[in-house]
Amino acid sequence: MSIGLNHFLIVSGILFSLGIFAIVTRKNAIMVLMGIEFILNASNINFIAFSKFGNFGVQGEVIALFVIVLAACEAAIALAIVLNIYKQFTTVNVDEINNLKN
Amino acid sequence: MNENLMINLSVIALFIPLIGFFFTVVLGKRIKSMYLFEILIISAVMIISALLAFFKLAYYTDAVFIAEFTWIKIQNLPVFGDFSFNLGVKLDNISVIMLFVVAAISTLVHYYSIAYMKGDKRYNRFFAYLGIFTFSMNGIVLTHNLLMMYIFWELVGLSSYLLIGFWYEKKSASDAAKKAFLVNRIGDMGMLAGILIVFFTFHTFTFDEIFGQVASGVLPFNSEFWLTMMGILLFCGAIGKSAQFPLHVWLPDAMEGPTPVSALIHAATMVAAGVYLTVRIFPIMTGDALLFVAVVGMLSAFIPATIALTQTDIKRVLAYSTVSQLGYMIMAIGVGSVVYGFFHLVTHAFFKAGLFLGSGSVIHGMHHEQEITQMGGLRKKMPVTYYTFLIFCLAISGVPFFSGFLSKDGILAATANFSIFTGHWLIPVAAFSVAILTAFYMFRLLILTFHGTPRNQHKYDHAHESPKFMIVPLVILALFSFFFIFSPNPISAENGWTLSSWLKVPNSVVPESARYSFLASAPADGSSGSLYTHEYVESSHHIHYYVLFGSLLLAGIGILFAYLFYQYRKLNADKLTGKITPLYTFSRNKWYFDELYQSTFVAGTMRLAGLLAWFDSTIVDGIVNLSASVTRIFSRISGAFDNYVVDGLVNLFATLSGMFGLILRRFQTGRVQVYLVFVLFSLIVLILTFA
Repeated sequence: MSIGLNHFLIVSGILFSLGIFAIVTRKNAIMVLMGIEFILNASNINFIAFSKFGNFGVQGEVIALFVIVLAACEAAIALAIVLNIYKQFTTVNVDEINNLKN
Repeated sequence: MNENLMINLSVIALFIPLIGFFFTVVLGKRIKSMYLFEILIISAVMIISALLAFFKLAYYTDAVFIAEFTWIKIQNLPVFGDFSFNLGVKLDNISVIMLFVVAAISTLVHYYSIAYMKGDKRYNRFFAYLGIFTFSMNGIVLTHNLLMMYIFWELVGLSSYLLIGFWYEKKSASDAAKKAFLVNRIGDMGMLAGILIVFFTFHTFTFDEIFGQVASGVLPFNSEFWLTMMGILLFCGAIGKSAQFPLHVWLPDAMEGPTPVSALIHAATMVAAGVYLTVRIFPIMTGDALLFVAVVGMLSAFIPATIALTQTDIKRVLAYSTVSQLGYMIMAIGVGSVVYGFFHLVTHAFFKAGLFLGSGSVIHGMHHEQEITQMGGLRKKMPVTYYTFLIFCLAISGVPFFSGFLSKDGILAATANFSIFTGHWLIPVAAFSVAILTAFYMFRLLILTFHGTPRNQHKYDHAHESPKFMIVPLVILALFSFFFIFSPNPISAENGWTLSSWLKVPNSVVPESARYSFLASAPADGSSGSLYTHEYVESSHHIHYYVLFGSLLLAGIGILFAYLFYQYRKLNADKLTGKITPLYTFSRNKWYFDELYQSTFVAGTMRLAGLLAWFDSTIVDGIVNLSASVTRIFSRISGAFDNYVVDGLVNLFATLSGMFGLILRRFQTGRVQVYLVFVLFSLIVLILTFA
């Protein structure tokens, strides 16, 4: 049995679902961020898979590289925000950070 | 003195008392001696009226001065067309004599009041009221038309009301004032109706124009009957104001006012206004109307004379005697002897004012005691009051050498002559019997008050003669009660200056068929002829001496009996009253007139008012309440509709919105993760739907 596009997409789907699950269920902000990383990587797998099995040249790989860079930037900024939140509220639990509501 | 000056002076004499009233009433509370201003004014009026009377009577004996101006002018009125109200004054002999009488007595009463009213807390106001009375009375005297006369007529009614109720703290005084005013109103209503007929028929109020139109054949509703009715209606005013039967009940009660007021208003002048009015309208009175006048006068002369016999209040006796004497005057006019009616007015004004002022002097001297049963023997204590009172009594009883004899004798002769020509024998019988009664009750009053021994020693000891201000007016009035003021002949006034040249009234202008047969028409050439036919004058000469001796005899009998009863005690009055008790109580209670009116008119009015009140409170209020409750029921229903239906709908929507809100707020958790779940869920639903 050769490994085809579907397998990649299934892996990507599982990863995406896990990411979503992490975002929705985790209370810890850092865990939520990690869920986002999962989703970004799921999309990377999709790009590369389509690039390999489709007729697009190297465009998929290039976009994947962009996504990696973007993810790094995002992680840096998000972690900085989380740090500041922690300084402000002494917690990183997203359920407790609801001052805007009141 | 020429015509213009006389007119101007009369207008001044009319209006300055009003100025006096105004200033005295406004400044009276602040300035203690304000009454002096009023005294000054009245003295000026007195001087002016004396001048007017002198020049008019001496130099313009036969002239009549009239000055008028148009007050209101209305054009193109439906039914009436054009007409104008003229106001004006008329100076003839009657009006200047009357003006002088009013001013003279008014002045004397003012002077008298200075002493009599001393210490009263409304001293200045009293003089102010006297001022407005003088103004109103002068208006009645001087006017030349009925409209103005009616206006001033009501004004004297007002001033009479104010002065009767001057001591309004006393219930009896304020009641008497109200009674006088209301009873007068009844008469005035008749007079107003008469004036309306006059205006509807003749389109003018001026006396002379009315006479002219009647003379040229214009009659109300073209019938002599309505001319009679018009005369009787106008005369109703005189019935009220001159306190004639059946409206005489107010005058005795009016004695609640201060005694100077009784003298001025309720004896000498205001009550004589009715006689003056009747003199003025005499030319348009038909025979039937005059007969009505004569009968009213006869009853008014006789009934109060019988009442006066038994009264014991000094002022009440005089009040009933006033009604009786006014009845004489009215009766004289009714029997056609208008000149003697007016003459008696003048002589009576002086001696009756004197009698009242004399009684005021007694009351003042006895420290406000009015019952003659408490008096007696006052002759020694109050000599001047006694002798003047004696003169007035002689005058009113009709004793020769005094003014009352001249006029009363003339009236008696006229009634006798009247019965010869028309056959109404009851009128002279009543007139002659009243002459006896008058002499009797006046001397009863005099003897009980001044002669004999004091019946109340304590009061007698404290009695004193009145001050000069009260004595001098009495002396002056006594002077005016002698014959030589009016006529050189002490037993007949016929050829004296008063009657032969001064007192002139217009001839009757009523159609020949409707007037007394002995009244003559005016001569065609406009000159002043005799009022009466030749036969009447003949007959009056013929009977004159019989009447003269008759009236002398009657006065003598009256006085003699008074002396026998009360001075010499030869006859016992108490024994006599014991024998005729019903008659005595009937007279003592004033013929029960007050009770009669109380039980018929007053009680009837009250009953009617009660009925109307019941109608109001039951029927009218019932309808109102019914409509109110119907409205209330309707509003209940509409309120319930509002509360349950309209509000229910609104509340339903509100509740629904609230419920939706409650549901929807569940989704607004504020947690990003929950929103994300919704987004994903929705996305999946969308994909499943459209894929």
